[in-house]
Amino acid sequence: MIVRGLGVCAALACALAPPAIAGPMRHGGKLLLTGGATGIEGSAGGGLATWALIGGNETDAGIGLGAHATEVMLDDYGFRSFGAKLGLFDRLELSVARQRFDTKAAGAALGLGRGFTFGQDIYGAKLRVAGDAVYDTLPQIALGVQHKRARRDAVIAAVGGARASGTDYLLSVSRIVLDRSLVLGATARATRANQFGLLGFGGDRRTGYSVQFEGSAGALVTRRLLVGAELRTRPNNLRFAREDDAWDLFAAWTPQRNLTVTAAYVDLGSIAARPGQQGLYLSAQLGF
Amino acid sequence: MLMLALLLQAATPAGEEPVAPYAVSNANAGATPFAGDRVWTSFGGEAGTRRVVERFVELNLADPRIGDIFKGQDLVRLRRVLFEQFCYLLGGNCAYSGRDMKAAHTDLGIQQADMNALVDNLQRAMSAEGVPFTAQNRLLAKLAPMRSQVVER
Repeated sequence: MIVRGLGVCAALACALAPPAIAGPMRHGGKLLLTGGATGIEGSAGGGLATWALIGGNETDAGIGLGAHATEVMLDDYGFRSFGAKLGLFDRLELSVARQRFDTKAAGAALGLGRGFTFGQDIYGAKLRVAGDAVYDTLPQIALGVQHKRARRDAVIAAVGGARASGTDYLLSVSRIVLDRSLVLGATARATRANQFGLLGFGGDRRTGYSVQFEGSAGALVTRRLLVGAELRTRPNNLRFAREDDAWDLFAAWTPQRNLTVTAAYVDLGSIAARPGQQGLYLSAQLGF
Repeated sequence: MLMLALLLQAATPAGEEPVAPYAVSNANAGATPFAGDRVWTSFGGEAGTRRVVERFVELNLADPRIGDIFKGQDLVRLRRVLFEQFCYLLGGNCAYSGRDMKAAHTDLGIQQADMNALVDNLQRAMSAEGVPFTAQNRLLAKLAPMRSQVVER
């Protein structure tokens, strides 16, 4: 174990050592939109989908920062996410996010009480292991890990959830196809999460990991505006209520370098036996 | 050998400083040109492309991020070979007579952030000329892979 731990550290340190370490640190300098918007888990992404991009405005010679606030207004529920991320040398991203899921009036019908809220905290790390979304022949490839700690252990157990915390492992690929003005992304996520983790990890239908897919495709309309769609498949581990795949249609806009606003129409399918949960997704991101 | 040396060493154009001899070839432009003249036309042909190059150079010189890199460079030559390169790549049937990207950027100490600033300025110059966004990106797609020859540290 010690040897393995050291191996990981050495690999990380190696990847972290920027070629510009001898030169002065530089602030900012990333191309517009290439720090991405923010996914609901706090990592650079579109919204539902995670991207291989590293958040923040830095290049290989600097350290960038990002912060986000996201609000989703569904038919029967409200969802909120806010958090921050650190981008180190366009190589390693560290993120933290808090999610809050408001059952509103539906909470009473579910026997939880009106306005009962679920929630979780997410600690993420993403390492760019190869390629570059814009410049290289090889697309940008990143490995990610997201550790999620949900609240409401008792309710999670009552609905058949196996655990209140879990860890997702991600492999992401992102490519900006300049020749066609397209932004493409795909992520494979090994996860046990029920409803992103808000209803725990693993369940009475399936306990273990499954590999889920996140895809996104967008067209660059201007260098400040990306319009596209995303799809995210989900595990469906619980017997008490079906979990559906989710999709959205989004527009991400960067009116100026430090601000990205995302608006989307999102469909999360059935949540806690309430079918067809659709609504408006709004997100604002500050990046430095 | 003497003949070859003479061929390689073209006379220095008026107003330019001499450079060390090199083999002149369109391959030095770093990418292959578009077939047809559609992209060339959307750049406004020769007149439009010359204005893009002129504005691009001016923006770079005035840019606090990267202006210093251009100080002391032969700007007469830069404007000429940059136009030739764009014209060649865009399908304007020019020949490129400049050096390859590696040789042209040696010892300039260009970082990733500098290259991004350069792209930023090129986008501004193309937008000012009214080049459609998709055509802008087609040129950028030709230039992007040159990063490995341009960025040094």
